[in-house]
Amino acid sequence: MNFREYLKENIVYLDGGMGTLLQQQGLIAGEHPEHWNLSHSDVITNIHKAYFDAGSNVVCTNTFGANSLKFSDEELEQIIMAAIFNAKAAREQSISKKEKFIALDIGPSGKLLKPLGDLDFEDAVSVFSKTVKLGVKYGVDLIVIETMNDSYETKAAFLAAKENSNLPIIVSNAYGEDGKLMTGASPAAMVALLEGMGVDALGANCSLGPQQLRGVVNELLEKASVPVILKPNAGLPKSVNGKTVYDITANDFSDEVASLIKKGVRVAGGCCGTTPEYIKALCEKTCDYTPVPLKQKNITMVSSYSHAVEFGNEPVLIGERINPTGKKRFKQALIENDMDYILAEGVNQQEKKVHILDVNVGLPDIDEVKMLENAVCELQAVIDLPLQIDTSNIAAMEAALRRYNGKAMINSVNGKAESIKAVFPLVKKYGGLVVALTLDENGIPETAEGRVEIAKKILNAAAMYGIEKKDIIFDTLAMTISADNKAALATVGALKTIRDELGCHTSLGVSNISFGLPNRDAINGTFFALSLENGLSAAIMNPYSADMMKTYYTYKALKGLDENCAEYIGAAHLFTSVAPAVLEKAEKTEEFGSHLQRAIIKGFKEKAGELTRSLLESVPALQIVNDEIIPALNIVGEGFENKTVYLPQLLMSAEAAKSAFEVIKSSMSGEEKNTKKGVFVIATVKGDIHDIGKNIVKLLLENYGFNVVDLGKDVPAQTIVEKVVELKAEIVGLSALMTTTVPAMEETIKLLKKQASWCKIVVGGAVLTKEYADKIGADKYAKDAMETVRYAETVV
Amino acid sequence: MNSVVLSKTYAHPPFCEKEILRYAGCKMPDDKILLLLNECLEEAMDKLVYKVCYRESAVEIEGDFCRFCSFGFKSENLVQNLMGCERAVFFAATIGVGIDRLIAKYSRISPSKALMFQAIGAERIEALCDTFCADIAKEYNEGIGLRFSPGYGDLSLDCQRDIFTFLDCERRIGVTLNDSMLMSPSKSVTAVFGIGKKGRKFENKCSACNKSDCSFRGAL
Repeated sequence: MNFREYLKENIVYLDGGMGTLLQQQGLIAGEHPEHWNLSHSDVITNIHKAYFDAGSNVVCTNTFGANSLKFSDEELEQIIMAAIFNAKAAREQSISKKEKFIALDIGPSGKLLKPLGDLDFEDAVSVFSKTVKLGVKYGVDLIVIETMNDSYETKAAFLAAKENSNLPIIVSNAYGEDGKLMTGASPAAMVALLEGMGVDALGANCSLGPQQLRGVVNELLEKASVPVILKPNAGLPKSVNGKTVYDITANDFSDEVASLIKKGVRVAGGCCGTTPEYIKALCEKTCDYTPVPLKQKNITMVSSYSHAVEFGNEPVLIGERINPTGKKRFKQALIENDMDYILAEGVNQQEKKVHILDVNVGLPDIDEVKMLENAVCELQAVIDLPLQIDTSNIAAMEAALRRYNGKAMINSVNGKAESIKAVFPLVKKYGGLVVALTLDENGIPETAEGRVEIAKKILNAAAMYGIEKKDIIFDTLAMTISADNKAALATVGALKTIRDELGCHTSLGVSNISFGLPNRDAINGTFFALSLENGLSAAIMNPYSADMMKTYYTYKALKGLDENCAEYIGAAHLFTSVAPAVLEKAEKTEEFGSHLQRAIIKGFKEKAGELTRSLLESVPALQIVNDEIIPALNIVGEGFENKTVYLPQLLMSAEAAKSAFEVIKSSMSGEEKNTKKGVFVIATVKGDIHDIGKNIVKLLLENYGFNVVDLGKDVPAQTIVEKVVELKAEIVGLSALMTTTVPAMEETIKLLKKQASWCKIVVGGAVLTKEYADKIGADKYAKDAMETVRYAETVV
Repeated sequence: MNSVVLSKTYAHPPFCEKEILRYAGCKMPDDKILLLLNECLEEAMDKLVYKVCYRESAVEIEGDFCRFCSFGFKSENLVQNLMGCERAVFFAATIGVGIDRLIAKYSRISPSKALMFQAIGAERIEALCDTFCADIAKEYNEGIGLRFSPGYGDLSLDCQRDIFTFLDCERRIGVTLNDSMLMSPSKSVTAVFGIGKKGRKFENKCSACNKSDCSFRGAL
């Protein structure tokens, strides 16, 4: 019987701890346990055999840390070959009559993935792929990915297993005392991610004892449709006479785990501190248990690195603002690769309480594949909301889905054969909840019935690709009522049928309904209410629209979805009609030149924006910059240089100035925009992941009108030089915080001198001094951001 | 001696706003700065964890070389620090990735907040180390030396590799080592201190460091 078949009908027993047993046998601190596959194969084989004899169905090879980051390719192959050989020998020698399987064990790489750490996602996939390929070559029955404390690394390992084998894959994560992974994922988020990618079983191992993992296991059992794994530690380690002792006995351990098997755990074993004795006790206590049957939970959900969002119980809001359509300023940001602007759109929408962010960065003249992948990576680094990947470019869709840290929403597929053929394989491979538009080769049916027919067709096609109904969400297409006054009825009618008869969830781009009409928000808000009442699960919408938010909060309050109307009360002030805020006239102005100057000097971000907006009505933009913003910045800058203003104050003023500039930028036409001083390329050098200082310098330079091109952190010398040459940059700023990365700075400078000799080089960072800067050939050492600005002004 | 890696987790160690402001480069805060600090503290509060893993080792000193269980470091400064101790405790401490995410987020949209989170992180990890060291001194009921980290004085950052293997940091508390010997999460510390140093107290933790031109030097 193969593992998948066995798993369907039985409780599967895994093995217990390996590390603690090896220490007892003499493994010393700092020695790689994987080497013992070769040097002490008898010891390893005996441990595996003891687990089989105790009742384990599965033993995991001694390959927890066997990856190409720790071992050379040649050594890795020898280790994995020996590890599998040892497990096979144990299987042959074991007296147990049970079904016996051998799992290739894959633990964490030992590195944290970017952007938190320095291992690139694709590099992680390659590292795990090498291990998987060797496992396949020497023959195992399944792959166990275990003790992962990061959702992103889990995904990398899973992808490697999926792309390099057809073996069953089971995954268990290490949850902390807060019930989450170290990098933040909840159990539900891991269920979404792993089931989306087609895992055979998922669960929790290591870090804690069975008692403390109870909460995690309960959540997994509630959300997961696949078998749940539990492989806890024997409690916590204590030191008794210099020996490791775990505080839970085999008897207590097996009682606890047995009670969770009764609740539904289907794959059980032990981790650190457990021994064959623990597994034997567990098998004996549960030998007459009937496995709790698996139940399809049919939960429609997406996830981010931290949490899952479920569809069905409450309306889900999908923020639509990350989209260039009809937005001049957004298009400009895309063309200039101004990722900060896009991130700010995301953060602002999150503050408006949307649940998911739609991400559309398609423009005819840009490389959408690169841009979408980049936008997804940047957004998921700073925002914990799930993303909806919105593109018709299939290559861009795949690039973004691959890099996405969670289970994404995908926008969209439709009833056309071509669309289905392109999109569904990606959904199957990477997981995802896909928005299905009810249109096909013949266009959009006018009637509700016609749209439901297409929905059925799409569901049938999805089933052929092995995609479940719960992972399809239908968009019945809102069309403007200004062209057809029955349009809303068809859309809403289809929503209702799809919910009631097909049992599926729905989503709408609500605002299309009012296209061509005045005061569109008024229509949109009412249409949203109508749709919600007819079964709409999610709306792609503008969270800045008071009408839409009013509908959302009042609907929830009226439908009993808002306990004590608390959310409504919290948001109610947003809906009252008030006269536009009048600026305080009484404010003191004598201290500084004007209100705007004062706002900048005091660091009032919002106010600086508002004041600029009202000034623009009477004063030309350039005059505002020269007579208000720059003088204010100078006052603060001089204060900083004279040590009467501190760094946080300088930064708050700079942010206020930035907000004033942002207003001015939006108001300017194309030709006026090219007034920037010169190109300043800035980067933190290779090996260094600190960028706070660099970002401060960037902000101030932008304030002073430089065209700053930010290459980010950990940037190779070659990349910096290429950019400088491409842009003919006048000046480049390099930052390094660590003594260990100063050599990378020196290398960059050498290369710059050779290939871009015209370019001035200014350096800064915690470890640098003037002497050091001179020694490595920099043109200028700047001790802080203001000094960099002053220097740049003399160069450009 | 076959010692054991042990772990501890703590609730928030006491906050010192003055320290945070010092790290932010701000000795005399105005109301606006204090408001910023409070906003940032509030946002950071539930994203902080306090984890430590630690392990005892024997110490043998030969000239400028310190030998531990299965590895050793060449460093005069460390020798001075551990002189007279037969045992030492290695530890790794972290306040988790939450603060890194906040710094990353705000360095893109509000550098003043990023700076403040940076300062909060620096103060938090130091506070955690202080709490842990005090805790261990109490447990051992003996004096302990000042904690000493790779990168201090002449102790090379490359020592991180041995410390990481010795403490199993990645698995125990989720701290990983980058190629450039920096740690992720960034607000993490590895260090060693001697056991049985009588009469040494934390009078000035900067006094053990020979970088005299440091702008942060002197406080506490």
